[in-house]
Amino acid sequence: MGRDGKNKRVLLAVILLFAVSVFVGAPMVGMQSLSIHSVLHPAAAGLDADIFWKIRVPRVCIAFLAGAALAVSGMAFQAVFRNPLATPFTLGVASGASLGAAVYMRLGLAVGLFGVSGMSMFAFGGAALSIVLVYGLTRIKSGFSIGTMLLAGVALNFFFSSAILFIQYMSDFTDSTRILRWTMGGLEIMGYESVLNMAPFVASGAAIILFLTHELNLLMTGEELAISRGANVGGIKKVLFFATSLMVGGVVSICGPIGFVGMMVPHICRLLIGADHRYLTPATLLFGGAFLTLCDMLARTLIAPAEMPVGIITALLGGPFFIWLLLGKSSSKMGMME
Amino acid sequence: MNKVVIDIESFSFGIGGKEILKDVSLTVHEGDYASIVGPNGAGKTTLLKCLSRIHKGGRGTIAVAGKKLEKYSQKELALKVGYVPQADGRHAPFTVREFVLMGRYPYLGPFSPPGPSDTAAVREAMAVTGTLQFSERFLGTLSGGERQKVYIAAALAQQAQVLLLDEPTTFLDPRHASDIYRLLAGINRERGVTIISVTHDINSAVLTSRTILALKAGAVAYCGPAEEFMKEDILQGVYEKPFSLMRHPRYGRTIVAPEVP
Repeated sequence: MGRDGKNKRVLLAVILLFAVSVFVGAPMVGMQSLSIHSVLHPAAAGLDADIFWKIRVPRVCIAFLAGAALAVSGMAFQAVFRNPLATPFTLGVASGASLGAAVYMRLGLAVGLFGVSGMSMFAFGGAALSIVLVYGLTRIKSGFSIGTMLLAGVALNFFFSSAILFIQYMSDFTDSTRILRWTMGGLEIMGYESVLNMAPFVASGAAIILFLTHELNLLMTGEELAISRGANVGGIKKVLFFATSLMVGGVVSICGPIGFVGMMVPHICRLLIGADHRYLTPATLLFGGAFLTLCDMLARTLIAPAEMPVGIITALLGGPFFIWLLLGKSSSKMGMME
Repeated sequence: MNKVVIDIESFSFGIGGKEILKDVSLTVHEGDYASIVGPNGAGKTTLLKCLSRIHKGGRGTIAVAGKKLEKYSQKELALKVGYVPQADGRHAPFTVREFVLMGRYPYLGPFSPPGPSDTAAVREAMAVTGTLQFSERFLGTLSGGERQKVYIAAALAQQAQVLLLDEPTTFLDPRHASDIYRLLAGINRERGVTIISVTHDINSAVLTSRTILALKAGAVAYCGPAEEFMKEDILQGVYEKPFSLMRHPRYGRTIVAPEVP
């Protein structure tokens, strides 16, 4: 409304501009410097064009989609659990999805349904299972505290990690290495096939969440108040859990677990644009995409000619951020923790 | 007599096998101002939560504006009944105006931005409660009295016929408490909003409300005009302790005299 709403729309436009420039600029950056001319020339067929179109562009697409999905999932969890530390990673949802994917790899299945990869569906199943578990655990004790929630997440993380180790142990050398490399979280060597695999999961999940911005606002004020304002809280939470499982499953099955994006991005966006989800949701999607794309740019250039998994970069940034949130003044918690 | 707006008929409700409300019957008329009193754990808050369908289920019937509670969608019910919860010390990171605007939820569709009628309702609710002056402040920065006014503003923006309040003055100093009572009386008198308020303050309940409902161990111990509640035997029956009564020096009504423990 009024001036406030106008300011937020301007801010959103700035974030959009930022995200677009990161998305367009990122493929140009890398250990092999490319010339714009040789890449965009209509008859481009040289090595430069190959690196650009076949390696970097799909990789940037994946990074952007994954970043947007993980960030907006974190944002949704934070509203439902009323806690800034609730993320796909801390709640054990990402490791649940990993377990699903690991089971799929171990079974050596190659099933798919309507063109959707079986691995993504297994990861989705794992993510959904862990949300149900962690939510159930926090519900056993009435009025779940931040402690209960984090402990439930830690417990699930331990459990799923051990289950993945067990699967690895029972696997032959090839499968085992494949699972290990994949659990490190990374965006290496991926083609458009991976982009097409992930896009429907991310797009449908994000669309659902964009549809529920009023409801996310209400959930943040507390469930009872949300019900009294006319929100069908039970149904809304189920839909939100479904949407976040889709996104986390879709991302994890391709990139492995990448941590902390879902915590840092929504928080930064909340500081920038406020907590109103009508503005926060698009901001988080855009900024999340740009953020992971930038992290990945660092991952592939910092120790060139080698590169490191992007999960290492996000964890190096995210660890201190997590502690800052945990110990920070009430202002940094934005009143979401008691 | 005005129309019946809330009609509870032999309603019982339990959580986890423990029966909290037992065979409660009660009618509230349009424009009434009712206070619910009773000892801790008598089921007062539970009754409010059943009325706003935060708690679902239970035996017996509750009807709101002549229609059974379970026949309402949650949004339809929100158009009839607003709720102001007990202060729990947790604040979502919203500004006052963002928060009051959420009272318009039952009027908004997905994606639809708030329209002129929403903006007007929000502005008016904030004007009535005297909260316009801190509309850009964050909820977490408000004092207890300011917070309570903002919560009432949000419920007013909802434009429901019935307003349920759970201990609206418990943590407030005498000045802010009387601010809230004056505000509620004004809303009741000028807008005809029916008010049902849970409180432990017997004197304020008697001085502000027309009807008193006393609950004891989940059952109705008294339901009737406020003045007639102030009898030693009735009070002792509800609270299981003796009371000394006296006459209010200015209003002439019977009130409970403070005592030395």
